[in-house]
Amino acid sequence: MDRDYYIFSNGRLKRKDNTIYFIDSQDNKNSIPVEQTNSLHIFGEVDLNTKLLNYLPKYGVILNFYNYYGYYSGTYYPRKKNVSGFTVVKQALHNFDYNKRLFLAKSFIDSAVHHILRNMRRHKEDIKELIEKIELERLNIERANRIDELMGIEGRIRKYYYQSFNWILRDDFTIERREKRPPKDPVNALISFGNSLMYTAVLSEIYKTQLDPTISYLHEPSTKRFSLSLDIAEIFKPLIVDSVIFYLINNRIITLENFDDQDGICFLNEQGRKKFIREYEKKMSTTIKHRKLKRKVSYKMFIRLECYKLIKHFIGDEVYKPLKAWW
Amino acid sequence: MGIDFDKLKVQGVKVNYFYICKRKLWLFSKGISMEQNSDRVLYGKLVHKNAYPRLKKREVLIDDILKLDIMDKTYVKEIKVSSKMTEADKMQLLYYLYYLKQLGIEKKGMINYVKERKLEEISLTAEYEKKIENTLVEINRILKMETPPALKKLPYCKKCAYYEFCYALEED
Repeated sequence: MDRDYYIFSNGRLKRKDNTIYFIDSQDNKNSIPVEQTNSLHIFGEVDLNTKLLNYLPKYGVILNFYNYYGYYSGTYYPRKKNVSGFTVVKQALHNFDYNKRLFLAKSFIDSAVHHILRNMRRHKEDIKELIEKIELERLNIERANRIDELMGIEGRIRKYYYQSFNWILRDDFTIERREKRPPKDPVNALISFGNSLMYTAVLSEIYKTQLDPTISYLHEPSTKRFSLSLDIAEIFKPLIVDSVIFYLINNRIITLENFDDQDGICFLNEQGRKKFIREYEKKMSTTIKHRKLKRKVSYKMFIRLECYKLIKHFIGDEVYKPLKAWW
Repeated sequence: MGIDFDKLKVQGVKVNYFYICKRKLWLFSKGISMEQNSDRVLYGKLVHKNAYPRLKKREVLIDDILKLDIMDKTYVKEIKVSSKMTEADKMQLLYYLYYLKQLGIEKKGMINYVKERKLEEISLTAEYEKKIENTLVEINRILKMETPPALKKLPYCKKCAYYEFCYALEED
């Protein structure tokens, strides 16, 4: 089973012989089995050697770095192995043709809204009105002619969705509005942290396929980010990240003590991050019996299947239908 | 004889895939490979690597296209994990023999199912030659297709490295 490893301590990560070692500041040596590693997430202050950087790509291991506040800062991404120029050309054509691009952008948002409503329906009667507002807004997705229009619809849906958090979450956690840069309250900090993890998880699944992570549909393909990862993450953020947040808060696993505040930036402290990641990893490895595959599929694998469906769409095999959780 | 061999020649694995699944053949030829995700493929590689450790000459590469497992004076030998896909394996090896014959080299073929301790000898007959030629024409026709051949359920789909790719479908 491919695992993700998270490093919180400060220390040194290196290749020695044919293994990876992490040596912390107290000289404790831990080995990480390279063949069973999917990606490494580095939250601490870590030194690396080039032997490590030359070694990891052989096994397709991705290194993700996060800054002091726990937010994604970058990835060391191995040389692409399974390339298919054919697929990339087709993928690009679906961006170039505005109608084709719009179709995919709509698909991503529709799936996201499906999962948003699914989260909301699980909670309380109190948010009936907000649910209705979203359902009404959802009807506009189909009619939208432009991507910025679509973004507007999505923005309004998200506003209602985040309002509902105040009913879904326990009393001591509230959210006024979504603030990304920087998050100013604990709920925003949780969303940002979770979304960082989701982004890197999607990226690492894209990497295992022939897709080009820079060619996107809902998000503008940009030079800054692997924007296809942002597109696909839309589907999985409400499905995975938000449900982890609800679980952690409502079961009092994460409390206000797990946050630090520095100059108005609110972020999860180390304890909080560990709690979050434990639950998030548990969720990612939870399996559901797939209706077509007739096989148990983990949440993480569902991300890869989404990539496969996109490839099939691009090469003219099967029209893309986004995931809509049925369970 | 009437085929332009130089224009039609392909990698041996494509002949194998042709007899297993046309869709797999097409996808593979477009660089959409799934083999790196498959434990079965990894297992096959290990069996290849560990078979006949005393043999010095392994993996003969011809024309940058054909990768022969073993070639000696009389035989071209192909190592296989299981004898389940007999026809595909046989045709792949026959294609090697055919290819070598085009280069003026005549050999016999041997499939070694190392795990099953089974050998199978084959030789290139006129009938097989005709079959290989038809196969090459057909393969080239499939490779030229704009879109992949439609999904067709086969009894061994579940064991294929492309299973998740092919069956990642949504219900309405």
